Amino acid sequence: MVIDSINDGIVIDHIRAGLGMELYRVLELDKLDCQVAIIQNAASRKLGKKDVIKIDSPIHVDLDVLGYLDPDCTVNLIRGGAVAEKYSLVLPATITGVIRCKNPRCITSVEPELPQVFRLTDKAHKTYRCIYCDTVAKRP
Amino acid sequence: MRHLIDILDLTPQEIGQLIETAGDIIDRPGAYADRCRGKKLATLFFEPSTRTRLSFEAAMYELGGHVIGFSEASSSSASKGESVSDTIRVVSCYADIIAMRHPKEGAPLVAAQVSGVPIINAGDGGHNHPTQTLADLCTIQREKGRLDNLTVGFCGDLKFGRTVHSLITALSRCSGINIVLISPEELRLPEYVKREVLERSGMPYTETQDLDGAMKDLDVLYMTRVQRERFFNEADYIRLKDSYILTADRMKNAAPQMSVLHPLPRVNEIERAVDADPRACYFKQVLYGKYMRMALIMKLLEVN
Repeated sequence: MVIDSINDGIVIDHIRAGLGMELYRVLELDKLDCQVAIIQNAASRKLGKKDVIKIDSPIHVDLDVLGYLDPDCTVNLIRGGAVAEKYSLVLPATITGVIRCKNPRCITSVEPELPQVFRLTDKAHKTYRCIYCDTVAKRP
Repeated sequence: MRHLIDILDLTPQEIGQLIETAGDIIDRPGAYADRCRGKKLATLFFEPSTRTRLSFEAAMYELGGHVIGFSEASSSSASKGESVSDTIRVVSCYADIIAMRHPKEGAPLVAAQVSGVPIINAGDGGHNHPTQTLADLCTIQREKGRLDNLTVGFCGDLKFGRTVHSLITALSRCSGINIVLISPEELRLPEYVKREVLERSGMPYTETQDLDGAMKDLDVLYMTRVQRERFFNEADYIRLKDSYILTADRMKNAAPQMSVLHPLPRVNEIERAVDADPRACYFKQVLYGKYMRMALIMKLLEVN
């Protein structure tokens, strides 16, 4: 299968296989009017299988969200058909508006307009906890 | 402006200062009788907790201040669907400090984000209850003369007991503490508390189901109630509620200087006959709780 290379845009590579659609949803790529390609289960020497997202427009991508969802993926900014910048992802200290707290006793369960904020509490285990009730976020 | 939402909002040094102030209040109550004159404490209890509310109210009265508030959500605007933020914005126009209890976890943090006055978390669901932890720490300090180099046993419901998690967290910042976790299999301390508090701090701990065997080595035994409201399944509650009952007979196995603490209320986990034992400290703990709340109110109001 051949997907054309892009001229100016973003390539999110080395996404854990199966996570591509989740990233597509969280990054709200469905709302773009440019070309977006999702490649699932592409062959990868490093991972065996991987997903790839190509966005044919130089949009802003929330690296914090990517750092949480898949810290091992790579983000390349493409300009003039070549890689202009590479971003290495880190686990963000907090994540807002991505994960919903599942604890029925959490204040956010009865006041849904409150921002859903999770903070990194255990880097080694990539654990995020709700700032209100300390419930652990379930990873995608 | 400072709030107290989680016990970790206070440094160990600040906790030490609060214990010192509490001790001075015990020694010289008259010197504190007017410290909060003209100040108002709002006790906003969105769920009933007579003991904690009375402790806060007594603390404020003994500082010469006034108290306003409500004791259950049905007598507040929450029953009309008002948000926590709106309630706090309104009440902070009337009061100088707010002590708040809420059944939903994190509600006091939401309050602190919008409040114009200091917020004290007086318990949020099964989450935090930092002033109980202050009472526990003050009791240990006054009974043992120190907050370090102690073997502290926790018995009963270590899974759902928020007071246990908070006290373990607070003790993890002290040196030379050994923790002994005594519980049935079903109510063991959650793995995340072991990993994120005990193991991270390097505080040594052991787990056992044998209360009698553990007691002889303890400086402090912290008993807890198996709480009906923390169970989703009534059958589980009935099966486990009598698992660990401290009796006068069992106290014979304990070290002569062991102090027994309990956050109260108790149901039957400490036999009434134990109350007469000089090692039973749980009613003194209630009193120390009031003095610590007095010290805390003064600190947050920045009155000297």
